[in-house]
Amino acid sequence: MSVPLSSTSVASAAEQLRELQERIHLLQGRRNREVSYPLLPAFSPLLPDGLRAGAVYSVEAPLSVAMALLAGPSSQGHWCGVAGVPDFGAEAAKGFGISLERTVLVPDPGDRWLVTASALADVLPLLLVRPPARPGAGDASRLSSRLRERGCTLLVLGPWLQAEGVLGVEGSRWDGLGEGHGHLRSHRMNLVWSQRGTRRRTGIDLAALHADPTPWGEATPAGGLP
Amino acid sequence: MSTAGVTGRGQAPPRVLVVWIPDWPLVAAQLAGELPDRMAAAVMEKGLVAVCSSEARSAGVVRGLRLREAQSRCPDLAAIPADPGRDAREFEDVLAAVERVLPGVHVLRPGLCAVRVRGATRFYGSEDEAGGAALEAVARMGLEARVGVADSVFAAEQAARCASELTSLLVVPRGGSRNFLGPLPVAALGDPKLASLLVRLGVRTLGAFAALPEPEVRSRFGPEGALAHARASGLDPQAIVPRVAPIPLERAADFDPGLDRIDQIAFALRPTAEDFVEGLRRAGLACTELRVHIMDDAGRRSERSWGHPRQFGAADVVDRVRWQLQSGETPSPSGPAGGRRGSRWRSTGEELSAPVVQVRLLPERTDQLGLRGQALFGGVDERLDHGLRRLQSMLGHGSVLHAVSAGGRLLAERSLMVPWGEDAPNGTTALAERPWPGAVPAPLPATVFAEPVPVEFLDADGQPLRADERGAAPPPAWFRPGPGHGQRPVRAWAGPWPLHQRWWDATESRRRAERYQIVDGDGEAWLLLGDDGQWWAEARYD
Repeated sequence: MSVPLSSTSVASAAEQLRELQERIHLLQGRRNREVSYPLLPAFSPLLPDGLRAGAVYSVEAPLSVAMALLAGPSSQGHWCGVAGVPDFGAEAAKGFGISLERTVLVPDPGDRWLVTASALADVLPLLLVRPPARPGAGDASRLSSRLRERGCTLLVLGPWLQAEGVLGVEGSRWDGLGEGHGHLRSHRMNLVWSQRGTRRRTGIDLAALHADPTPWGEATPAGGLP
Repeated sequence: MSTAGVTGRGQAPPRVLVVWIPDWPLVAAQLAGELPDRMAAAVMEKGLVAVCSSEARSAGVVRGLRLREAQSRCPDLAAIPADPGRDAREFEDVLAAVERVLPGVHVLRPGLCAVRVRGATRFYGSEDEAGGAALEAVARMGLEARVGVADSVFAAEQAARCASELTSLLVVPRGGSRNFLGPLPVAALGDPKLASLLVRLGVRTLGAFAALPEPEVRSRFGPEGALAHARASGLDPQAIVPRVAPIPLERAADFDPGLDRIDQIAFALRPTAEDFVEGLRRAGLACTELRVHIMDDAGRRSERSWGHPRQFGAADVVDRVRWQLQSGETPSPSGPAGGRRGSRWRSTGEELSAPVVQVRLLPERTDQLGLRGQALFGGVDERLDHGLRRLQSMLGHGSVLHAVSAGGRLLAERSLMVPWGEDAPNGTTALAERPWPGAVPAPLPATVFAEPVPVEFLDADGQPLRADERGAAPPPAWFRPGPGHGQRPVRAWAGPWPLHQRWWDATESRRRAERYQIVDGDGEAWLLLGDDGQWWAEARYD
């Protein structure tokens, strides 16, 4: 679209100025502010709008819940970063639908995890971090503003002071394993989502979220029965 | 008319000097360190002895024997397969030495090279002197050569082969090539089919063959026969085309005295790295795989190759050297499973302990510079790659990874962690697609320990659980996930699932373990590995 060089009135000039400013904002990537990342359908009772870009969420739940959260955006083609999780089970992540080609792992950033997180936030839209220690308030707010600026969503495994929302677990149960027979088949979990005073609950079966569960049937592995 | 005739009549034939190193494939193997010196050894080609050492020869081994036959004559024969690449690579140093005294070398094959000797004769005074200079240059490398000078390449080669150990230089006077070749057998032509036919026709020597009229030879034996006839007459039409010496692309930085701090080395290496990249750029090449040799004062070497998704710049080269210096320690695998990282990422060679005296940079794989431009569409985003590489240079090469599915029975083996910018080893995908019977059923555990964690797994009597040889075991009762935790009852379990693989491979991948899947009293689910009463947690379902 072309901008006329000679303007007739002051009002239209101001309008053009605003329009140009908006385009500058668009080019600078600030539009990410309004974007959210869609989640797997199982999480829609908790987070119907998905994860907001630039926000920090605290996941006080097992690692597999965090993997299931990342699976939605990752399967849509977004890059993900995982920092501070040395025992990240890549195969389980793949089972949830996380694309390993678009996942960057920094297993052990050690003391420099804040620097690592902000460096990853510069280039990746989604981060999963397990902080080895609780950060100071100043560090946390600096990181938050960096994330807001870059439009990067941070999932923290553990508590976080200025979190947008907290995902917790009220109870979980494994099924399928008997006394010497069977194998783990379902992982029922009651999740609770609290955000600014509101709480929402849902029950999900994490094992059912695996995109491609191996057909196993009734057979147990060789030598499974005592 | 043949070219041989034109050369023969038009002007004086060019004088040719041939340098020949006997048993070159064997010498090359010794130079490459694949064979010890002074030992009965043979280089095998297509199952037959191609070259053998004088020790083997004195034991009765000759060219053309089968390996078994050769070994029955000489039981301690060391046999290695022929490798034309090794022959050519090792010959490069000899060529450089010869080129320093006699410019314009034409490589006939590894071990044999020819020079037009006219200019060298003027410089050294005589052909004997020129040949002596070549012999001396090769002798300085500790090798033994023969030199022949004659009117054609073929005649000079035969002269070199006729030279003996005592007088390793044989000069056939100008115009004397035909007389010199006369008494040699026709087998010297190097064409077994033609030689056998000639012998059956009663033509046994090159002189007798050369005496036949050329048109008759052409009509009976075709163009190959005519060429052989020209050679036998001392009129070899083969021209000498001096090789263009390759531009050296590798660079080395020597430190004297040796440096022992990484930042010093990185700083001192910077100009060399820039020179290295600039030299490649001048040649129109981009380096995508780099080999770094680091030598320390005590003579130990560290070698490693590094890949790059696009091309190496000077800063990338310095980073790779720094990472190689930093990655000294190698984690030792413990328990029934080895470490998660494959051995390919560790540096080969010994650990450096003394100050570093030399760093060599060798381009291992290069590509045309024009083809390595930035992709407009597809590929990894430039900004992303740059950001991750910056993080990598801050934390270390092995700190920023991506996971690749690999094959294996243990969960830790099934995903290979590859440093950012490198490719997974060849065949990883094929390995991942194999069936792997006995795999853990889905859902898979989210926490997979890189090194299995020692745990306690007890039966009702408080004894460590043991499965007998038939896989029967008492029901487990107690579980303790580590020294810092309390004992928990086992609420549900399945197992033992036997995990027996590669019993014949004692060194590397033999594994004999029992697997259990359990849910403990705290509601946590675990995957355990056991071997003879010792238990490890392979993974946790969380």
